[in-house]
Amino acid sequence: MDYTLLFIQTLNGVQLGLLLFLVASGLTLVFGILDFVNLAHGSIYMVGAFICASLTFITGNFLIAVLISLPIIGLVGYLIERLVARTLYSRNHLDHVLGTFGLILVLDTSVHLIWGPAGFAVPLPEWLDGRVELFEGVVVPTFRLLIIGVGLAVAAGLYWLVNFTKLGMLIRAGASNRTMVSALGIDISTLFALVFALGAMLAGLAGMLISPITEASISMGGEIIITAFVVIIVGGIGSMKGAFVAAIVIGLIDTLGRSFLDDLFKLFMSPQAAETSAPAVSAMLIYIIMAVILAFRPQGLFPPRVR
Amino acid sequence: MKRTTWVTVFVMLALAILPPVFLWTGNAFYVDLATRLVILAIAAVSLNLILGFGGMVSFGHAAYIGIGAYAVGIPVYYETYGGIDALASYGGAFHILLAVGVSALFALLTGVICLRTKGVYFIMITMAFGQMIYYLFISMEEFGGDDGLVIDIRSELPLVSLDNPLQLYAIAYIALVIAMLMVRTIVNSRFGMVLQGARGNDERLVTLGYNTYLYRLTAYVISGAMCGFAGALLGNFTTFISPDMMGWSRSGELMFMVILGGSATTLGPVLGSAVFILMEEVLSSITIYWHLPFGLMLMGIVLFVRGGLMGLIKGKGDK
Repeated sequence: MDYTLLFIQTLNGVQLGLLLFLVASGLTLVFGILDFVNLAHGSIYMVGAFICASLTFITGNFLIAVLISLPIIGLVGYLIERLVARTLYSRNHLDHVLGTFGLILVLDTSVHLIWGPAGFAVPLPEWLDGRVELFEGVVVPTFRLLIIGVGLAVAAGLYWLVNFTKLGMLIRAGASNRTMVSALGIDISTLFALVFALGAMLAGLAGMLISPITEASISMGGEIIITAFVVIIVGGIGSMKGAFVAAIVIGLIDTLGRSFLDDLFKLFMSPQAAETSAPAVSAMLIYIIMAVILAFRPQGLFPPRVR
Repeated sequence: MKRTTWVTVFVMLALAILPPVFLWTGNAFYVDLATRLVILAIAAVSLNLILGFGGMVSFGHAAYIGIGAYAVGIPVYYETYGGIDALASYGGAFHILLAVGVSALFALLTGVICLRTKGVYFIMITMAFGQMIYYLFISMEEFGGDDGLVIDIRSELPLVSLDNPLQLYAIAYIALVIAMLMVRTIVNSRFGMVLQGARGNDERLVTLGYNTYLYRLTAYVISGAMCGFAGALLGNFTTFISPDMMGWSRSGELMFMVILGGSATTLGPVLGSAVFILMEEVLSSITIYWHLPFGLMLMGIVLFVRGGLMGLIKGKGDK
């Protein structure tokens, strides 16, 4: 087996996992605290990528663009919460799903109107565009390492935020008993808006980070949201730890499955059968894993304590 | 008779009379529109059985449309170009049997797992399983993958020819009426009462000694099979299938049709699909950005109109 390839693909898997975590953490945060299913989370991820792409062209620097885009996408999240999500909190999940499905159509078409139907390639600054030799024979793009670094930093930051700050305390309290928190005089409405904006910033950041690799495109939101759902289902909806573990696992399985499943299949079936079945199985792999996990643990791997 | 009954009779009569009139007055395009409408209405009626009456919010229902359509496309492909002989056929009976059978099987396999979960988990898992089938068909290069598959020949049925637009429409229309009557009969039976009881209060029904899981699973399988049949019709209508027909936004549209018309009503899903298809047609002819007003309308309906169109028709006093 080619160990260099294995190492590089593992690194790619971790990078995908961390991106998934950025999207899934916002989703699980919003669901855990607000009990709100936000289908449009993927569209926020996509809008983040487009805003960042435009700002990269205006400012000429990707990193500055990211820093300016973050508060903007937070504001977008805040507005969505005020205008749409807020009214839906008291409704059932079906209404959440349909309402945010409508929101997806609105956001996607607005992006189409503003930026046009084609995707946007986002140029990187020169020092990020290169490759680094980690050790003998293993060369990886610098930018992928940056994504991994940022992903880990955000994960650590969220861990600190949720477990060691006043806001985090309120978030945890709000997740386990909302009525009690508001009865204790906490402005739950502002807390909700803040959480929603934070979730939007996390998703937006993921979109910005991936755009230099894949380019910003309208369809990118719909592609990631389902995988992010798989992540939070497997991890246990509402659990930050679950989202992190599941995101890394799903990212690794998906990436490694796509590149090595045919080799694996060739061990016990004819090369031709392996060539035809491997793509089909690897396309379904994460869903099969999800089904297996749910068959044994219907609440996911780390279900949050019952409220 | 109640107002809703009158409206139901009126809408169904209109659907029976208008398309032939369109054809004879030289507006064949509207027959196509009506056929699509009626086929999607069957899918919406099937979804309504579990979503409206059973309280199971399935977000992966378009998968069955895809399965049904490919159950026509794949046998025709094999018969035309060779391949697996056991699956090669132009016969309509074989196609329908395959569509309904595979859909029921897929519903059974996924339902066993999905129905162990509740609430948001259920929504997301059904969605994920739907996407699984979507990616499966994308990965199958033999059947065109992403680009889809052209169905060269429509299913061959005795007495009628699906190549004739009016006969195809008649079949779809009769299927819709049968589907509506079937759901109505199921819902009013003892089985349906348990299903609706479990939607309202699951624990109570369990305490009364009903295995609600089995009731739900049965309804889930029936609904999937029915939607698979709609898929087989859709394949015959469009003579082209692609994974795009089974993506999650298609499932969302089906859900919207049910809610728009009014869930847990007989006519609701049909009315919902009618309004949906007509709005789509009108808006998309005005602007390519038609998703924007369409999305706003969707949000407006979810936010402000409770009970869908049937709720409006029913009015306040008539219940």
